[in-house]
Amino acid sequence: MAFQILLNVFLAFCWMFLSNSPSAAGFFTGYILGMLSLFFFRRFFTRQFYLWKMFSIIKLLLIFLKELYLANVSVLKSVLSPKLNIRPGIFAFKTELTTDWEITLLSLLITLTPGTLVMDISDDRTILYIHAMDIEDAEKAIFDIRESFEKAIQEVSR
Amino acid sequence: MIEIAKVVVAVFILLGALVCLVASLGVIRLPDVFTRSHAASKGSTLGVNMILLGVFFYLWFVTGNISAKILLGILFIFITSPVGGHLICRAAYNSGVKLNERSVQDDYNGIRNFVIKRKEDSYL
Repeated sequence: MAFQILLNVFLAFCWMFLSNSPSAAGFFTGYILGMLSLFFFRRFFTRQFYLWKMFSIIKLLLIFLKELYLANVSVLKSVLSPKLNIRPGIFAFKTELTTDWEITLLSLLITLTPGTLVMDISDDRTILYIHAMDIEDAEKAIFDIRESFEKAIQEVSR
Repeated sequence: MIEIAKVVVAVFILLGALVCLVASLGVIRLPDVFTRSHAASKGSTLGVNMILLGVFFYLWFVTGNISAKILLGILFIFITSPVGGHLICRAAYNSGVKLNERSVQDDYNGIRNFVIKRKEDSYL
């Protein structure tokens, strides 16, 4: 992806020098034209066209904001309820992600989901230990959410 | 127009202050370190970010300059606050703080010994 962006910036500079307009507007038109030509030549790259990846990054960001909001509402509910009926616990979660930055991103997302907090990662980087605030009703719903997180992160890293 | 902007700014800042208040109530009320860390890491993230966003909108709509420093501050808090919660929890568990007696499950306990036993042939 970085290679394609660099190529696109290079094409934009080429356009700027060819049309002799060293301004932001010239760079912008060059960038758009370079993006079009990269799109038409996309079968020569080994990775997929980088704009789709940008869209999946934006999707991940929106998931992040939504989960932060939901987490705060659930913490607010359980703090302000008159009887504190929570059942905390630690459970293990096996992840399919392999590289370090993917696991870091997944644990950031898990920490900001409702009622979960990452405690530790095992030495061989396959198991996350997660502290849940309310383990009964959380566990199933949380697994569904986390499947969607893992899918979104794999979409970015593919 | 400026009145609407002021109302938006006031809503953001008041909601942020409210979320911070509830997070600090949670730190007092919840039973052990781990559940307190839940309230602290999540509540303070959203609360401080909403206050910063309110300040950003105030500077933008009322005085008219876009302050990129505040946006950078929001980004840094987003990245660092969950990591802080995670590290405090991990340090507390590994230095022997017990879970609350209400806890129903502890998968981390046995694995910790397993990891220490394996450490001789591990690459660490």
